[in-house]
Amino acid sequence: MRLADVLNIVQARFFLPDSVQSPSPSVLNRELRVGGSADLMSDVLCYDMSQGLLITGLINPQTVRTAEMVDVAAILIVRGKTPPPETIRTAWEAGIPLLGTQMTMFEACGRLYMANLPSAVRFAGAPPPDCTAH
Amino acid sequence: MAQLPLSEQDMLVDRGAGFITRAEELAYELKVEQVMTRDVKTVTPRTLIIDVLNLFREARISGAPVVDQDRLVGVISIEDLIRALRDSGRSELRASVSDYMTTRLVTVNVYDSIIEALKLFAKTKLGRLLVVDRAGRLAGIITKGDITRGLLNALQRDIETEELKRYRASHLFEDIISDRTSLILRYHIAPRDFINGGAASSNIKRALLRLGANPQLARRCGVAVYEAEMNLIIHATNGGDIEVEIEPHQIVIHVTDDGPGIEDIEQAMQPGFSTAPPEIRELGFGAGMGLQNIKRSVDELNIESTPARPRLIMKPKRGREEWELSREPAPGQGTRLTMKFFLQADQSLERHSSTGRESAE
Ligand SMILES: Nc1ncnc2c1ncn2[C@@H]1O[C@H](COP(=O)(O)OP(=O)(O)OP(=O)(O)O)[C@@H](O)[C@H]1O
Ligand SMILES: [Mg+2]
Repeated sequence: MRLADVLNIVQARFFLPDSVQSPSPSVLNRELRVGGSADLMSDVLCYDMSQGLLITGLINPQTVRTAEMVDVAAILIVRGKTPPPETIRTAWEAGIPLLGTQMTMFEACGRLYMANLPSAVRFAGAPPPDCTAH
Repeated sequence: MAQLPLSEQDMLVDRGAGFITRAEELAYELKVEQVMTRDVKTVTPRTLIIDVLNLFREARISGAPVVDQDRLVGVISIEDLIRALRDSGRSELRASVSDYMTTRLVTVNVYDSIIEALKLFAKTKLGRLLVVDRAGRLAGIITKGDITRGLLNALQRDIETEELKRYRASHLFEDIISDRTSLILRYHIAPRDFINGGAASSNIKRALLRLGANPQLARRCGVAVYEAEMNLIIHATNGGDIEVEIEPHQIVIHVTDDGPGIEDIEQAMQPGFSTAPPEIRELGFGAGMGLQNIKRSVDELNIESTPARPRLIMKPKRGREEWELSREPAPGQGTRLTMKFFLQADQSLERHSSTGRESAE
């Protein structure tokens, strides 16, 4: 699935720094290998998210930095949240496209999964997911 | 903040485009003024056709803008000259430019992307476009040749700067000879600095890639140092320091702070254990997975921690009737994380040693 398809499927738009007019066309062609959603940063790092789409409700700059560490291809922010300028700038500098949709996490993930975006796999060495339950 | 909904038209352009090369991408990034020819030969409406002919022959050009007192009024090309010749024959080369010039001008702005110029070339079938500045004055001309040359230069620059950066860094270990060469990167991390949180890790990861580390190793180091960096921001009273020591065959990262220390390291290592307060959890931290992620990413991990030992300092005030109390951390407390990564021979940052080994086999 390409980033351009994501824009269609979840009716997303780009968040760009004020100085930037439009995303470069090659970004739209970026191929997404998998998708994964998380609202906990350490959890993102438990999945093989490389070349994947990170779907999250978090909008602080760490979202981008975390994504950068695992070579995420793009970030989709759900629930119509607008990230602060620092986050937008950090994403731009890291070369990670930052998108937003009005849809809930549930709906965005559901639609993308139905459109054949595979789920990211948990790393073999990572602790079991249920241990994070509070 | 610019939030651009992607228009249907953009989407169509993109769908039709399929694979977009770096050159095409550059067509959007480069501006007309970066590739245009500035030094333009111009004529005035009163210049004689015979003089234009001589100018074209001497300067080896096939067209020129017509400027009247700073104002762009037209353009005259070799086709117009041919028309003049056919009309009047050799004897009548005394006509002036104003009689034969084209006044319907096709212009682009200095600040347009060169993609705009390319679109105009396709639409008008013209060989050259006039470039005007913000005040509408002639600033230069642009031909398809200018664009091709500009794109090639930019592509070349692209490749050269990235290669130069990678070359400079990746040959560090073979260009500098010592018994044991190491490169040290140091970062100070301020407490609760969520704006810059993760910036050091991102710089460390980039540095490793430039030094020629394989992406898998850079990712492992990135993950481990990111979790440690966020722990400094979240848990350490005064933040702390990250020191990365890079050697051709190993990378050692020390992360130190001066408190409050970890009461029970084994408990802290338990997946899901976290002392992060609710406001930190709202930011997406406090899953209690950080140390686990570090453990999973490193080849060797060493955690030392001296938890806070309270110290009460009492100073007498006003003739010992009152005492001033202050609580300060006792010296020597804090946490020190040492993370090691060992590079296999074929991953070594020192090219000579790995290729040397290969040829020896
Ligand atoms: N530098 C440190 N100083 C003091 N305590 C620390 C430090 N690093 C970790 N801890 C303690 O260890 C616990 C576990 O750390 P860990 O990184 O695994 O989880 P976390 O930071 O709470 O959550 P997460 O990393 O998943 O966002 C922390 O909650 C904290 O109590
Ligand atoms: Mg942590």
